[in-house]
Amino acid sequence: MPAPAPQIVATMPRVRLMGLMLLFLGPAVAIYTAISIYPLLATMQLATYRTTPTGASYFVGLANFATLLTDAVWSQPFWNAAWNNLKFFLVHMLVQNPIGIALAGLLSLPNLRLRGVYRTVIFLPTMLSVVIVGFAWNLILSPLWGIAEGALKSVGLGSLFAPWLGLPSTALVTLALISVWQFVGIPMMLIYAALLNIPDELVDAARVDGLGHFRIFWHIKLPLVAPTIGLVSILTFVANFNAFDLIYAVKGALAGPNFASDILGTFFYRAFFGNQLQLGDPNMGAAIATVMFFIILAGVCVYLFAVQRRITRYAF
Amino acid sequence: MERSTKIWASLSVAAVSLLASLAAASAGSIKIESWRNDDADIWNSQIIPAFNKHYPNIKVEFSPSAPTEYNAALNARLAGGAAGDILACRPFDASLDLFKKKYLVSLNDLAGMKNFSDVAKSAWSTDDGKDTFCVPMASVIHGFIYNKDALKKVGASEPTTMEEFNALLEKLKKDGTYTPLVMGTADQWEAATMGFQNIGPNYWHGEQGRLALIKGTEKFTDPQYVDVFKELAKWGPFMGNGFQAQKYPDSQNLFSLGKGAIYPAGSWDISTFRATAKFPMGAFKPPLPAGATQCYISDHTDIGMGLNSASKNKDDAKKFLEWLTTPEFATLYANALPGFFPLSSTPVAIKDDLAATFVSWRKDCKSTIRNSYQILSRGTPNLENELWNVSAQVINGTMTPEAAGKRLQEGLDKWYHPAK
Repeated sequence: MPAPAPQIVATMPRVRLMGLMLLFLGPAVAIYTAISIYPLLATMQLATYRTTPTGASYFVGLANFATLLTDAVWSQPFWNAAWNNLKFFLVHMLVQNPIGIALAGLLSLPNLRLRGVYRTVIFLPTMLSVVIVGFAWNLILSPLWGIAEGALKSVGLGSLFAPWLGLPSTALVTLALISVWQFVGIPMMLIYAALLNIPDELVDAARVDGLGHFRIFWHIKLPLVAPTIGLVSILTFVANFNAFDLIYAVKGALAGPNFASDILGTFFYRAFFGNQLQLGDPNMGAAIATVMFFIILAGVCVYLFAVQRRITRYAF
Repeated sequence: MERSTKIWASLSVAAVSLLASLAAASAGSIKIESWRNDDADIWNSQIIPAFNKHYPNIKVEFSPSAPTEYNAALNARLAGGAAGDILACRPFDASLDLFKKKYLVSLNDLAGMKNFSDVAKSAWSTDDGKDTFCVPMASVIHGFIYNKDALKKVGASEPTTMEEFNALLEKLKKDGTYTPLVMGTADQWEAATMGFQNIGPNYWHGEQGRLALIKGTEKFTDPQYVDVFKELAKWGPFMGNGFQAQKYPDSQNLFSLGKGAIYPAGSWDISTFRATAKFPMGAFKPPLPAGATQCYISDHTDIGMGLNSASKNKDDAKKFLEWLTTPEFATLYANALPGFFPLSSTPVAIKDDLAATFVSWRKDCKSTIRNSYQILSRGTPNLENELWNVSAQVINGTMTPEAAGKRLQEGLDKWYHPAK
């Protein structure tokens, strides 16, 4: 009978153990250090410098962060972008994830026909380029050539139509819903996979007890996939606070009207790369990127320590 | 292993730079860097052959990059000493930055520079105007392009005053066949560039107002600036349904499909409409506000050509730059690219009638450039960005003209303190 693993490790010569650790951990550590940890630290370092017009840079400590958070010229657009980002995230949490859960529940119904077709069609937009999605929705919602107005008119709701992408009150929510449309397939797939893992005995037992499809879903299946829903939520949070591409593709770097659709990603882009006559400022850009990193880190920590530990897991 | 790679790397770098210097040293060859990759064909088939008629021994290579990559690529090549001899210059700070870092040389001794006005040279001169480092090559002019059928339909002629312009818009709206004013605010820059900077010079008296803003003796809260916003505030009801979500290509399509009457334009739109619009087009200059008699146009400097300080063939490069200042080049360029106008003071015959109309305004009107471009967009908040934002908001009706002027001036006051 082979000895248990801890015992093998304990009796192994030290040099050999170090060699093995290097062999197994080395590649991952090296790759993550090169493409993830080093750029992150370099970004933080860049954020502590300031550059003169002649190209020389000097250390300023946390002065860039003080400027970002206290100078109204920077802090006002920063908080605007952060607030918009939070709204962007909330729309995803309130619309994308419930719809994703509902779709997953429908897909896992036992007597559903054409399951594969639905699954593929709903997942398809996820694989499209954001630029194409932005362009397509721009045309669909266009007040000049779009089909949205005609479609609403045909059901007698023509008066509800507005140039949603151009109004300060609706631009951000419209963009968030476009993003929801594109990515709803991801929560659906993850939760669908979790639902498939639930043993049939549990469902059968519930049916014997006289529960219908909806109550089985609500009382049996949903609590069992709660850990996956938590995972989906945190993935949504990270993706939303890193979002940039859709807003840039549809509204440009100035994220109008009046920065109504400006999120942290577009705010960072303008600061780092500049816009039209605004020259890029890599130091301030790096400061914004660092703050974004800490916002995401804080969110993930809240999830890990406050939510994930309280979720009850069931082993089957 | 690592060591030998390093040796190979340095050997190949040495070989490449040797080859490069050999190529540069071979009698008379110069290379031009530019972001106008659309124009490569015109350079190779028309402009360079015309230059070679005068200087058959100088071999010229036109080597463009994509517009969005040009600044970054050029900076990298300049830092690595691999850039061409002649560099296309963006207007104002981007090129001034290159001059300050000593990548561009002063061209004050170029004889042909006297063919250009101070306004033309301002885009490529130091703030004090002492050094000019690029030959001004082309500008773009703002005005209004209109559908002649639409004006015929309502029996109107070209408006010359703002009052007539507004009355015409009203007439077109009543008639209802055409969208009176083809513009959208979704992309924001059109509101600022085709709106504010288009009609504005008549209000702030062109260069006089632009320089006064830089000196700090005029403010955006002064009536001549707020009045421009007051005019823009009237435009919304005449623009297409849902103009708040209408983007620049939407506007171009709407007009070239013959559905619109008046299009606030930049002259670069001419070639687009020439290719797509099937109806007769005319152009009128920005109408005059009440009481004004002198007209001003935005004749905005857009592209120049400078000399790389590291060029191995400065003599030939200077011959080429000198040729760029001649009327011959101006005529050639203006006709090959209708809508991009040469900046030299000598008048140029342009065959495209729409482009000729635009350039004819230079005779009666005084030229100026966009007032946000020189010096005033160096700080945070950036004036040009602010201008896009408030112009779009004024047209959308979400900001009053007074508030727009106030916001611009407050933004400027935060960082710009002209010596009084």
